[in-house]
Amino acid sequence: MSATGIGAAVRRKEDHRFITGQGRYTDDINRPGQVHAYFLRSPHAHAIIKAIDTEAAAGMPGVIGIFTGADLAADKIGGLICGWMIHNKDGTPMRAGPHPALAQGKVRYVGDHVAVVVAETLAEAKDAAEAIAVDYEELPAVVDTGTAAGAKTVIHDEAPDNTVFNWHLGDREAVEKAFRAASHVTKLDLVNNRLVPNAMEPRAAVGDYDAGEGVFTLYTTSQNPHVARLVLSAFIGIAPENKLRVIAPDVGGGFGSKIFIYAEETVCVWAAKKVGRPVKWTADRTEAFLSDAHGRDHVTHAELATDAEGRILGMRVKTTANLGAYLSTFSSSVPTYLYAPLLSGQYDIPAIYCEVDAVYTNTAPVDAYRGAGRPEATFVVERLIEVTARQLGKDPARFRMQNYIRRFPHQTPVIMMYDTGNYGASLKKALEMIDYKGLGKRKRDSARAGKLRGIGFSSYIEACGIAPSAAVGSLGAGVGLWESAEVRVNPIGTVEVLTGSHSHGQGHETTFAQLVSDRLGISIDNVSIIHGDTDKVQMGMGTYGSRSGAVGMSAIFKALDKVIAKGKKVAAHVLEADEADIDFADGHFAVKGTDRKLDFGSCALQAYVAHKFNGQELEPGLKEGAFYDPTNFTFPAGVHICEVEIDPQTGVTRIERWAAVDDFGNVINPMIVEGQVHGGIAQGVGQALLEGARYNADGQLVTASFMDYTMPRADDLPSFDVGMTVTPCPSNPLGIKGCGEAGAIASPPAVINAITDALGHEEIAMPATPQAVWRAARKSMNRMAAE
Amino acid sequence: MYAFTYHKPTSARQAATLLAKKEDAKLLAGGHTLLPTMKQRLAAPSALVDLGACADLKGIAVKGRNVVIGAMTTHAEVAASPEVQAAIPALAYLAGHIGDPHVRHRGTIGGSVANNDPAADYPAALLALGATVVTNKRKLSAEEFFTGLYETALDEGEIVTRVSFPVVSRAGYAKFRNPASRYAMVGVFVAKRGGEVRVAVTGAGEGGVFRWPEAEAALKARFAVKSLDGLKHTADGINGDIHADPEYRAHLIGVMAKQAVAQATGK
Repeated sequence: MSATGIGAAVRRKEDHRFITGQGRYTDDINRPGQVHAYFLRSPHAHAIIKAIDTEAAAGMPGVIGIFTGADLAADKIGGLICGWMIHNKDGTPMRAGPHPALAQGKVRYVGDHVAVVVAETLAEAKDAAEAIAVDYEELPAVVDTGTAAGAKTVIHDEAPDNTVFNWHLGDREAVEKAFRAASHVTKLDLVNNRLVPNAMEPRAAVGDYDAGEGVFTLYTTSQNPHVARLVLSAFIGIAPENKLRVIAPDVGGGFGSKIFIYAEETVCVWAAKKVGRPVKWTADRTEAFLSDAHGRDHVTHAELATDAEGRILGMRVKTTANLGAYLSTFSSSVPTYLYAPLLSGQYDIPAIYCEVDAVYTNTAPVDAYRGAGRPEATFVVERLIEVTARQLGKDPARFRMQNYIRRFPHQTPVIMMYDTGNYGASLKKALEMIDYKGLGKRKRDSARAGKLRGIGFSSYIEACGIAPSAAVGSLGAGVGLWESAEVRVNPIGTVEVLTGSHSHGQGHETTFAQLVSDRLGISIDNVSIIHGDTDKVQMGMGTYGSRSGAVGMSAIFKALDKVIAKGKKVAAHVLEADEADIDFADGHFAVKGTDRKLDFGSCALQAYVAHKFNGQELEPGLKEGAFYDPTNFTFPAGVHICEVEIDPQTGVTRIERWAAVDDFGNVINPMIVEGQVHGGIAQGVGQALLEGARYNADGQLVTASFMDYTMPRADDLPSFDVGMTVTPCPSNPLGIKGCGEAGAIASPPAVINAITDALGHEEIAMPATPQAVWRAARKSMNRMAAE
Repeated sequence: MYAFTYHKPTSARQAATLLAKKEDAKLLAGGHTLLPTMKQRLAAPSALVDLGACADLKGIAVKGRNVVIGAMTTHAEVAASPEVQAAIPALAYLAGHIGDPHVRHRGTIGGSVANNDPAADYPAALLALGATVVTNKRKLSAEEFFTGLYETALDEGEIVTRVSFPVVSRAGYAKFRNPASRYAMVGVFVAKRGGEVRVAVTGAGEGGVFRWPEAEAALKARFAVKSLDGLKHTADGINGDIHADPEYRAHLIGVMAKQAVAQATGK
């Protein structure tokens, strides 16, 4: 292993500019003549717009233009789309209402876009927005996930019972049979709480129009600028792809929320031509709370059947998923194909049946958020497993070990074919790290101090990469989910890699350069990673679903293969040897069995000067591209164990210990991977203990600021003990599985299993706030006193 | 934020003059409540009178049996003051646990008491210690000064200039933070001065800071944690929100009172 190659804990190249304030985010971009957009948003959760009077506002200082949904419609600008088609149980397509970028006749959530004011300054735009008179006829709001389908109020005429789809997966009859044969059935009702993503950088957009060339440029906070261009071009109708450039510069965190194509960037790029000036918008934090796509929000009933020996026979799950007021870009895939196929967890479960009803409500749209469907599935599986072990009187670690899948490949009853893994090894290692043997003493010590101590397990699995393309296409995806790469070698041997992946905190500029350094034997300082600009990178699918390593880097790997193959041809001419006799290793092309060799930089120079070969037998230059489509999803898996201590007097839960053992396959940069694990656990602990988006009955977001929405802070978290096991992934050339979401997927059930262990009962929901835990602990104390 | 004029006088007297002259003017101390409210366009003063350059409003002095703190003294200055640490360590502790470091280096004692946020820490200290609020016009006891939620006895144009705390024999402060905002969800300050004991509660009351007479009586009999055993505060008149309903908050008053007494008695 070289100091900067695969497996080295190289410090992040990009951090110098980030920590010295030299990052370049969308809000840092200012175009000559730029003006500002401010969106007038609905104060009501559900209302008919009877009239919008913009006359007074239009005459206010600095105002350049005020536009409403009617203006977009007049320009034939289409609505926002949902790019994943789900079919109902009866085979009919899902029932989706239109999603205009600016409201047309109706608003459906607080924060919905009513009009946009474009003015010389932001303050002037805000002043004018206050002068717009909107005549609303308020309608009752539908807010609650569990009862939306039965509500009298209808949000979209296209979905008369507020139901987008009734979908299912698995073999219902096989599951019924399994439950009939069971000696024990565990039943659980679970809520997966709604979350607000809260990336550090709020969403922003700058739209620009070059009237001379007829070209639009959009700078935007996107995880996938090429997908944004595709949607804005082919579906929304801003301009043909060759007349629309989308740039996603430095992006300060996404967690899924910046995958989607939103109203604001659509309006900014359209308005730039309309007003003949560049148009800028940056969300303030309140707008982010109200209008970023939220995450999770499931209500589930789940059951697990076991036989007399404690073997799992079957699982059935019924989930209602809240998709909010409109279908966001990938919303329909999250509670379906990113959820139910993970319900087998790490266990050999012969029969699984899952039903999902997706509902509209008068709340912000809900879409993918770190883990996207997989945290929801893992929460169901790991809560069921833990509670079953308790009800059967079995040790939860042993019960898991008994039911783990041991032979690979393993076909689950819910689509997935697990390729490789060693679940028992991760569990054993995690048990040692947490000192499971010492738990009894620690529990007694806590009890003596008047505290309640508990331990919780989570044996998670996830599916990453969201590919192969043909597979996701057959499940309803509107796009292919391959990735592209182009490797441009310069004449003196430095390298630029153009990738369709997008870094918004992951450290691609470092890890991707490590791959190039490793394969070409050159310094990582001689490698630049270029991403996030549709004029530079031809096409790409972006970063989400922990796919940039497994899919994005595999594309680079494939392009590097081609570069090396071409280099061998050049070297053969220079070294006057047969191409078949040229080896490439440690940065040198060498003639087998001789000391004749050519370093990579010299080979690049020879490729460009082209003096040693003629252009008819070998093309000059050294530049290769590749598209890579995997053969399977990847299946990162692991075991997280959480140990908590509860103060029953205050209800405060302290996480005392955390052991995480993850199998991510081969690892490029262990430091970056560990950072991803830390961040993921922090978000998962946030969901379990702290975070929860709450709407009141009128559809007002009660938790619309950090005064009421609890983000995890450093002092809420313990020091994590992170370990790894490795089974290389067989479906990509690097053996990578992906690590970006694992922490957020694994941790919520680990925390709740620990809390319920401490409490001695299962009656606690997420977030387990001090108030909720105090009440639950009081119940425990009363029961203990009664016994 | 709407447009406003900005003034930066160099003395309390100049500030009072400006305040009287400008209609709809607001005083700016640390700005932690006022500025966010203005940014959200929920407040629109025509003028801001920044007290930051008024040297006569700053500083900490021990005068006889009192600690006198200028209104524009920051929380960080109070927390780090050797005089306060020696005379009333619980007060230094309270100041050192307000908000976060940014807040403590901008926020001021005068701003905090004049705003009388029901979740602020200082009102509990003033009430429990029997402090005196000194304005440019008069002196008020803490009980006279705090009149209700975000309300004080301050008249139009009246400026808090300093707060005078009598030195007590024992004092302690404990708070349970709101998980999101980290303001005091319940904060209890206990103080023993001669034979008198005061227990003041912030964060919990529907009408702002208040005293808990039952706990005071119990602690007067014997100033020890055990004296509070079995004592429960009623949930009547206690705040409720998504973080804590009245029942939970009332329970926390008892828990925090014990912690405060433990701190005061070193146990």
